[in-house]
Formats: sequence, structure tokens, C-alpha cells
Amino acid sequence: MAVKMDPIHQFELKPLVSFGHIGGQEIAFTQSALYMFAAVGIIALLTIVATANRSVVPGRMQSVAEMFYEFIGSTLRQSAGHGSERFMPLIFSLFMFVLVLNMLGMVPYAFAVTSHIIVTFALALLVITTVIVYGFMAHGTGFLKVFVPSGVPGWLMPMIVAIEIVSFISRPISLAVRLFANVLAGHIALKIFAGFVPALLAAGAWGVISPLPLALSVAVTALEFLVAGLQAYVFATLASIYLSDALHPGH
Amino acid sequence: MAQPAQNTAPNDAIVQVPPSEHGGGFPPFESHTFLAQLIWLALAFGLLYYLMDKVALPRIQGILNDRANRLSKDLDEAHRMKAEAEAAGAAYEKSLNDAQGKARAIAQETRNSLSQETDAKRKALEGELNARIADSEATIRSRSAEAMGNVRGIASETAAAIVERLTGQTPDQASLDRALDKAATAH
Repeated sequence: MAVKMDPIHQFELKPLVSFGHIGGQEIAFTQSALYMFAAVGIIALLTIVATANRSVVPGRMQSVAEMFYEFIGSTLRQSAGHGSERFMPLIFSLFMFVLVLNMLGMVPYAFAVTSHIIVTFALALLVITTVIVYGFMAHGTGFLKVFVPSGVPGWLMPMIVAIEIVSFISRPISLAVRLFANVLAGHIALKIFAGFVPALLAAGAWGVISPLPLALSVAVTALEFLVAGLQAYVFATLASIYLSDALHPGH
Repeated sequence: MAQPAQNTAPNDAIVQVPPSEHGGGFPPFESHTFLAQLIWLALAFGLLYYLMDKVALPRIQGILNDRANRLSKDLDEAHRMKAEAEAAGAAYEKSLNDAQGKARAIAQETRNSLSQETDAKRKALEGELNARIADSEATIRSRSAEAMGNVRGIASETAAAIVERLTGQTPDQASLDRALDKAATAH
């Protein structure tokens, strides 16, 4: 029974408009770019259009926008301490961008932008670059204290510093891979479980057990919605924790 | 990561996989798409950051601040009004107490004057009654003395009649008096 299912096909980029080539790379406006701008549009609709009235007693959409604002604000404050307000636009944008892209990816037939590691890696790199640039700008070489934990005996220091440097370098990688892998694996699993349903139906008597993968794919869909929200939150929280290093290097 | 060629199986009608142009690669790792994705990501995220930083977040912060101010002002107002209401309540309580005190005083005064009046009336009545009682007693005493005087007359007449019947002769008044006096002293 060779039913072919291609769970990878959904991640393919489809160029909509091509703008020629740069160094052998085609610069095309793909559906991925369309989803990115759609996400920006949705976020702007929620946070700008819905708050246009500036009502003291908020409407439904305005209170959703306020809820997100206060949620991200408190997450950032708890993770990065005082002085972290300056990073609110960055963390808020990151959280909303990842959340809306993840959620858009859950729409049937839609494309999950965050399933491409280059996108998540670029976002992670943006966070780490911000940490490094702001850290050196605010503290000069004092920022290097982030690799030298206080209260460590001298003979242990070389090892600890080496570990700290490795952990610092692995941060953008883990940040990027966590989001990318969660979205990618979830969509693949969903596609495979859903694909079992028509495969079993086509296999004669085996069709009897086809409700099983159907129920499973419903459950996995619910789980993927959870993962979509949770990963956006994890990304924002970890970014806040890394930014707290830039704010308070001597931890 | 390489995918086997697609649409080769003869009975492939179940899941329609359209002819793919990714040529068996794994799309997230196809490095020739990276530059384009980065450009669009930079544009989209840059636009988002600009909108959030310049428009959305200051506006939401402003709304929240306005609301906080409004709330604290309303709370202050409410506290002030509560204090006023409490003061009014205390004043009412006080005037109520005053009125009650006054009413009690008036009642007491009335009661006192009434009882004085009744006392006086009672005394007058008692005096009158006492006078009448004394009067009556004097009358009784004079009547009984009179009655006792009559008793002696009746006794002497009765004694004279008894003696006359027994002896056939009428006793003289002097010996009768003597006998009566003797009987009276014997008692």
C-alpha cells in the first residue's frame, strides 16, 4: 500500500513576485513574506486601529491589546528588572510577531513562517546582538562581567568562564532551534496523522480504525495551538532574561 | 533530509501531492532562499518595530495611565464623599440624641408637675376626709352618751315597775336612785 504523503511539502516557499537575483539567490516575494506582512497588519489592527478611540472603558479589541501589553510588560519586568522598559518595543514586537505567525500557521492550508530556521535564527540573533551592543554601550568592558560570576573560587574561574562563554554562544542557537523545531515538528506530526485517515479509508477493511488517527489529529491540533502560544511566550521570556544580562551584567 | 521522488506510486490518488519544485530538498534548509527571507523579515519586522515603538505602545501606555489617573481621582472623590456622608451621619446622630434628651427632660418635668399636683390634691382630700371622720366620731360619741343617759331612765322605770308588781307599792325615787347607783358601781 504505497500511499504517498509528503509532510514536507507544506514548508515549501512559493515565489509570488520575483525581483531578480542577488549573487545567485532569487529575491522573490514569497508567500512567507506575505504572511510576515499579514502578521504585521494584524498586529497593527489590534494595537493601533482597535485603540484609536483611547476609551477609558475599553471595547473588546482594545482590552485584548491592553491585556497583551500588560502581560508582556509584567513578563519583561519580572525577567529583566528595572530599566527594562526601554526593551518593551522589542520584546512586545517579538512576542506579537511570533505569536501571530504561529497562529496563522495553524490555519488550514496556511504557511508557518516560523518553521523556517533562518527566520527564527534571525530573530534570535537580533536579541543577542541587542544584548551585546547595549551591554557594551551601557557598561563598557564591565559587560564582560557577565562571563565572570561573583563568588567563584579562583582556581575554578577558568573553567566557569569557559562554560559561561559556551552557554552565551549557544543562546541564540537554542532560542532559534527551539521555536523552529517545535513549529516544524508539530506541523509534520499533524500532517502525518491527518494523512493516515484517507490512507486507512482507502485500505478497505482498515477503514474501520480510521477514526483513531482522526481523533488523534484533533488532539494534536489542540496541542499545536498550545505550543504556538507557549513558544511565543518562551521566546519573549528568554529574550527578556538575556536582556537582563545586558542591563545588570554583574549577577 | 532528502525526500524520495514523488508521485511515482501507481495508486497515488488518495493524497494529491502536486508536482514539487523543491526537487527533493528540505525547504527550511535550502540556503538559496535565505537571503530573500532575511530581506522580507527585516522589512516586516522593522515596520512592526517602528509601528509598535512610535504608535501602538505609547498609545496603550497613555490609555493605561489615563485610566489609572482617572481611577485614583475617582477614588479620592469617593473617599471625600464618604467622609462627608460620615460627617452628615454624625451630625444627624447628634441632633437625634439632643432631641431625645430634650424630649426626656420635658417628659420628666411634666411628670414632676403632675405628681406635685396630684400630691396636693390627695393631701387636700385626705384632710377633708380626716375632718369628716373626726366629725362623725364626735357625733357617734355624743349619740352614745345620750343613749347611755336614756338607759338609766329606762332602768329606773323598769325597776319601779318590777318593784310595784312584786310588793304592790311604789318605791320612792330616792331609794331607786340609790339602788341604781349601787348596781352601776358593781359593774
